[in-house]
Amino acid sequence: MAIEVRINGVTHSVDVPEDMPLLWVLRNELGMVGTKFGCGVGLCGACTVQVDGVAQRSCSLPVGSIKGEVTTIEGLGETEVGKALQEAWLEVDVMQCGYCQAGQLMNASALLERNPNPNERQIKASMSGNICRCACYGRIHEAITQVAAAKLSAKESADV
Amino acid sequence: MSDVLTQDRMALSRRTLLKAGALAGGGLMLSATIPMVARAAVGGAAAEASLNAFVSIAPDNTITIVGKNPEIGQGIKTMLPMLIAEELGADWSQIKIVQGDFDPAKYGTQVAGGSFATPLNWIPMRQVGAATRAMLLEAAAKRWGVSASGLKTDKGKIVDPKSGRTLTFGEVASDAAKLKAPDPATVPLKDDKDFTIIGKAIGGIDSPRIVHGEPIFGVDTKLPGMKYAAYERAPTFGSKLVSADLDAVKKLPGIVDAFVIKGDGDPQSLVDGVAIIADNWWVANKAREQLKIEWDKGQWGDHSSAGYAAQARAFYDKGQGTPFREDGDVDAAFGSAARILEAEYQYPFLAHASMEPQNCTSLMREDGVLEMWAPTQNPAAGHATVCKLLGLAPEKVELHITRMGGGFGRRLTNDFMSQSAAIAAKVPGTPVQLIWSREDDLRSDFYRPGGWHKFRAALDNDGKLVGFTDHFVTFANPGAGPFNPANMTPDEFPASYVSNLRYSKDEMDTRIPMGALRAPRSNGLSYAFQGFLDEVAEAQGTDLPSLLIEMYSGKEKAPDSEGAFGSTAQGFNPERAIAVIRKAMEISNWGTPSASGRGKGFGFYYSHQGYFAEVVEASAERGQVAVHDVWVAGDVGSQIINPFGALNQVHGSVIDGLGQALSQAVEFEGGAAKQSNFHDYQLARMPMTPQIHVEFVKSNNPPTGLGEPALPPVIPALANALYKATGKRVRTLPVGDSLKA
Repeated sequence: MAIEVRINGVTHSVDVPEDMPLLWVLRNELGMVGTKFGCGVGLCGACTVQVDGVAQRSCSLPVGSIKGEVTTIEGLGETEVGKALQEAWLEVDVMQCGYCQAGQLMNASALLERNPNPNERQIKASMSGNICRCACYGRIHEAITQVAAAKLSAKESADV
Repeated sequence: MSDVLTQDRMALSRRTLLKAGALAGGGLMLSATIPMVARAAVGGAAAEASLNAFVSIAPDNTITIVGKNPEIGQGIKTMLPMLIAEELGADWSQIKIVQGDFDPAKYGTQVAGGSFATPLNWIPMRQVGAATRAMLLEAAAKRWGVSASGLKTDKGKIVDPKSGRTLTFGEVASDAAKLKAPDPATVPLKDDKDFTIIGKAIGGIDSPRIVHGEPIFGVDTKLPGMKYAAYERAPTFGSKLVSADLDAVKKLPGIVDAFVIKGDGDPQSLVDGVAIIADNWWVANKAREQLKIEWDKGQWGDHSSAGYAAQARAFYDKGQGTPFREDGDVDAAFGSAARILEAEYQYPFLAHASMEPQNCTSLMREDGVLEMWAPTQNPAAGHATVCKLLGLAPEKVELHITRMGGGFGRRLTNDFMSQSAAIAAKVPGTPVQLIWSREDDLRSDFYRPGGWHKFRAALDNDGKLVGFTDHFVTFANPGAGPFNPANMTPDEFPASYVSNLRYSKDEMDTRIPMGALRAPRSNGLSYAFQGFLDEVAEAQGTDLPSLLIEMYSGKEKAPDSEGAFGSTAQGFNPERAIAVIRKAMEISNWGTPSASGRGKGFGFYYSHQGYFAEVVEASAERGQVAVHDVWVAGDVGSQIINPFGALNQVHGSVIDGLGQALSQAVEFEGGAAKQSNFHDYQLARMPMTPQIHVEFVKSNNPPTGLGEPALPPVIPALANALYKATGKRVRTLPVGDSLKA
């Protein structure tokens, strides 16, 4: 039975079992491999996508259950915050192997969309579900802080 | 010149030499020689001119450099081309980098392991750049009718200072490609003070693709008509497949095929299993639940962590083990000692848990060539293993090296390549991507071996350390002895620094696969030795860094043990050790007491030719450990080639070491690993991240690698800090609950 799912603004129709996790629809059916497989049970965050702006683990999200709009790493740059995070990631040179970074970016952008100015404790708590095995945590934190600070100063300038 | 060395280059005994030479499994083939394969210019004026195996230049002055080594996140795909670009006289903005396929005749050694890339390539890669530059200068000189010796390069251009004329590299590249390459050894290299690229913080070359989610990792490989495979092996190591009922699986929707694969009995090559092929990996993996397989566990089915611990205890009850180093008169030293200290340290088996699960894509082509896309740290070994397994001539296996989502030593062993090759051989013409689940990955690893150390130290009336013994209990592969990561050399510190010293050993056979985990051997030994030496220092009324400085002071440089590091060996220099120890004391305000409830601990370790001294400040309130700050002083020679990558390696090593020490262990029961995913094998997460302060102590020595040496000292530094904070010695890892009341 065909299932329709909207991803990055495009409606895709896939003929897969309803309980197939979104991750494997993305990777093996639609050829969108930016979203990564890490653990398969929602423990590492490598597969993080957003559904209606909320970070979700695509490895544990049955495709048949999705009602909202999916955003993946391939579509992240379309949002202002997403683009700013991608740029900050490069400027800070966050990554080592880079495998977990799509999930880190998707989670970080969901955080900044709901809380544009998180403090250190909030960043650490929000990002604690995303494992970076290379442990680039200091730089992930730095890049998020940088984007938040830039947005804040832009907003203050606009308010003057 | 070629050095055949074992996995982490130590313990070059005759036996390991022979084993590594065969390149089956984990051996590394290391050579410091780079072939300069001259290649003719291709195509006409619009095409790229290939000056040698590493450098091609397009008419628009874009320079394409081949990154020859596998990229696991250590930054080598950016760093090695930096060395070429520096001597070439290029501007970094001109540079494009492509990953080289496995082709040792073209590229020389291609391996990610042992922190070896920097010492092995520091000169040869620069020579490639310098030789290429010489060809460009000669081509320009010919065109202008002047002598090449008067010409200079400036950011991708050739300049004639006399006339002010310039030519871009791209304008002369096709002429240069027709010239004979000079002998790289005869081409002069730049003075360090003239570097414009080396020493600059340069971002990872693949990072822009990664932040946009473009395909780049092994598991992202996609070929027309590709299918996906899952591989069911026995949870118990050493099992043989007796029979398998595949009927139910074959009837499931989406399943393309399922078949038994008989292995060759070598876990580094191929173990028995069942392959399930489907259009979607999730479907293939889920179908494993329907498999009915009968396994013969053989003699290994009752092996367990508890059993190993009992065996270790029995060894200690029995005696002192087999000595492998004996200096002075140990019994006399202990007989006349004023004080004797004794303590047992132990550490567990560990998994690698790279974020990208093991995978490999293979296609048996119609021309009889097996084409592979493999995330392997050790392509030479993987290639050899696959050729042997399938009986294929070397030229019948083409191997593309993909970027890897972490390695940490796991992908030095290429069992996933063998599985993928064996599957592809059964379905010629169909590309198949084998993917392991996380459970497969944690339960089919080549684990960091656990170990036990029973130490004794003898102090004389003045508190001087006059006797030292270690009875080491470790593991051996049946019939093969301890693999390097489970071994200890007779030169382990404090050997040579204590007059009366005995190292002895007992080994137990296991079929649990063992391998190299980041800073193999050092990651366990550093903890045990530096932990016990901290106890010695306390008994002397001093502290560990002061004790080490005293022991190292006035001592001669010593060769690296048993020929380690091959042609790049510099030997152990006690002065470099003292310098980093002093620097770590200085930046951590070592003498200043910590706030209440906190403690500072120290660790020093020399591994992979790097000298690292580290201080950890930690606390443990109600058993809850918090690591607040880590200070790192390291000496890896005269240059930090790419500060971006270098700092990332140090930070990563520190957190990796802390994560291991705090919570990681793989336990065995019924001959199988108990841990299966990140709920029971816990990796470090952002909230535990301490502040990390790094200072490199530059010394006048050739640069060496940074993937590993910053890890070992942080573990004893943590253990020693927790002792200061709580008054309890941490003699067993992981720390876990051991500090709770």
